[in-house]
Amino acid sequence: MAQFTEERLAKVKEIIARYPDGKQKSALLPVLHLAQEQFGWLSSETMDYVAGLLQIEPIEVYEVATFYSMYNLKPVGKYMFEVCQTGPCMVRGSEDIIEYIKQKLGIKVGETTADGLFTLKTVECLGACGYAPMMQLGKHYREHLTKEKVDAIIEECRRNAAANN
Amino acid sequence: MGVKLLLDKAHVEGIRYYDVYRREGGYRSVEKALKMSPADIVEEVKKSGLRGRGGAGFPAGMKWSFIAKPEGVPRHLVCNADESEPGTFKDRYLMEFLPHLLIEGLIVASFALGSNATYIYIRGEYAWIPDILEQAINEAKANGWLGKNIQGSGFDCEIYVQRGAGAYICGEETALIESLEGKRGNPRIKPPFPAVKGVWDRPTVVNNVETLAAVVPVINMGGEAYSKIGVGKSTGTKLISACGNINKPGVYEIDMTISVEEFVYSDEYCGGIPNGKRLKACIPGGSSVPILPANLLFKTAKGEQRMMNYESLSDGGFATGSMMGSGGFIVLDEDQCVVKHTLTLARFYRHESCGQCSPCREGTGWMEKILKNIETGKGKMTDIDLLWDIQRKIEGNTICPLGDAAAWPVAAAIRHFRDEFEWHVNNPELCLTQNFGLAHYADAREVVA
Repeated sequence: MAQFTEERLAKVKEIIARYPDGKQKSALLPVLHLAQEQFGWLSSETMDYVAGLLQIEPIEVYEVATFYSMYNLKPVGKYMFEVCQTGPCMVRGSEDIIEYIKQKLGIKVGETTADGLFTLKTVECLGACGYAPMMQLGKHYREHLTKEKVDAIIEECRRNAAANN
Repeated sequence: MGVKLLLDKAHVEGIRYYDVYRREGGYRSVEKALKMSPADIVEEVKKSGLRGRGGAGFPAGMKWSFIAKPEGVPRHLVCNADESEPGTFKDRYLMEFLPHLLIEGLIVASFALGSNATYIYIRGEYAWIPDILEQAINEAKANGWLGKNIQGSGFDCEIYVQRGAGAYICGEETALIESLEGKRGNPRIKPPFPAVKGVWDRPTVVNNVETLAAVVPVINMGGEAYSKIGVGKSTGTKLISACGNINKPGVYEIDMTISVEEFVYSDEYCGGIPNGKRLKACIPGGSSVPILPANLLFKTAKGEQRMMNYESLSDGGFATGSMMGSGGFIVLDEDQCVVKHTLTLARFYRHESCGQCSPCREGTGWMEKILKNIETGKGKMTDIDLLWDIQRKIEGNTICPLGDAAAWPVAAAIRHFRDEFEWHVNNPELCLTQNFGLAHYADAREVVA
């Protein structure tokens, strides 16, 4: 059963209080972010749970979860490399970076490594055009990417994963 | 050095924090505004000539004056921080490094509009910035600039930060409102305009981050004085985020009296093109505005020097001009392929179309497919005309401006670089390994000289 931690339940209450009475549906995007933080992705069970929390129909959650690109509708790796491929990043060499990550991790775009550590995804403009090429990794951006930097990031993730196990 | 009104304190150490920001003169505009009437504040913003900095350039004071004031219905200010137009990263800079400047502008604007609950809608990918903004909000609140009875004025205001979840379309104000209500970002049919029926059907003003930050200098110096900076209807200063093939990518504040040539080559700004390459083309105002070849970038078709302001950048209309847009300045050097660059933009708009209107939903997909064919040597000569035909049928035929935004880059690329498209069709093998290059596009500096 999907169930938020006490801390997250308190956060949901706090978010709902930001809107007028009866407009708790406005909390849907932030609450889906909270759900994804806790569960890693949004299963239909999780979405139904969120619908219950906000007292809205499950379909209202599904239609939102499928619209926005940041919600994962299937499990993803522990570390998701979201590499920008739009014009300004392309001009500064994002294609080479994507190619390099593919080789290095032995996966195609959209795939996850067998150990479940890494997922590679291409994304459209993330607003870091002046610091291209770039990727999003979790909450933060990694910018001015080079092959050496990609190596270091992969190492860093492996180290963190090992430390957390 | 041009006038700086927004970034003048950006490099003061600790300016992100309240104490330093206040010591440097922060929140003076709130002190001043709370002694004025809301109507007088709107009047000052009107006088300043401040235009919306998100892309459309609509006069901000005018927009504020449209807000409906039905008895007993709360009104809301919403800050559009859904910065997503490729080439644009100026709002991110403001929020990361000068969060209090935005909060200060939001308080003034909230007071002028009568918004007791104001929302900052920020793109979901800027996931670390809400923490910075919330810290600034908490500091402001602890010092009596937010909350109940601000500075004894009787005015109450709370500011909340809401993250989107990855959708360019939510930068369109009615889609943003839908998203804030917890729905898909499908733009609404206007009218009714948000000023009458916005979030939760209440009168709402949606303004861009930079516009709201600019309210601070407008109030501090007065609308009249602000309007004297710049030229004509391009008043005040504008943030330009520069990227692509330049030596110094980054965010620059300009006072709209400098030339495009100076902006590209001066060490104070872009610092020229790396590796001694020559300039081929530039998209001066974010991905949706028309691309200009070098020879039209520095000089207008009339032969006048092109300046970095709203009027001059659009001089010549779409035939020979472009737009200021969001200030996302993308520079392409002689090694770049216009067909390929346009393909990435077409893919972007296909990905970001909300799917409501068929011309946009279907058209963006077709444009991407055809451009992909041309780019990979599988195109036919008739494809170029077909592309032209599709973009023409999208433009103006959709609920929101995303359709236009998707059509314009394709149209401009064909308009100015048709021979490069034809070269791809005529050289299906060669185009896989080589670029068309600069060809007959004169070096911009030679043209200027």
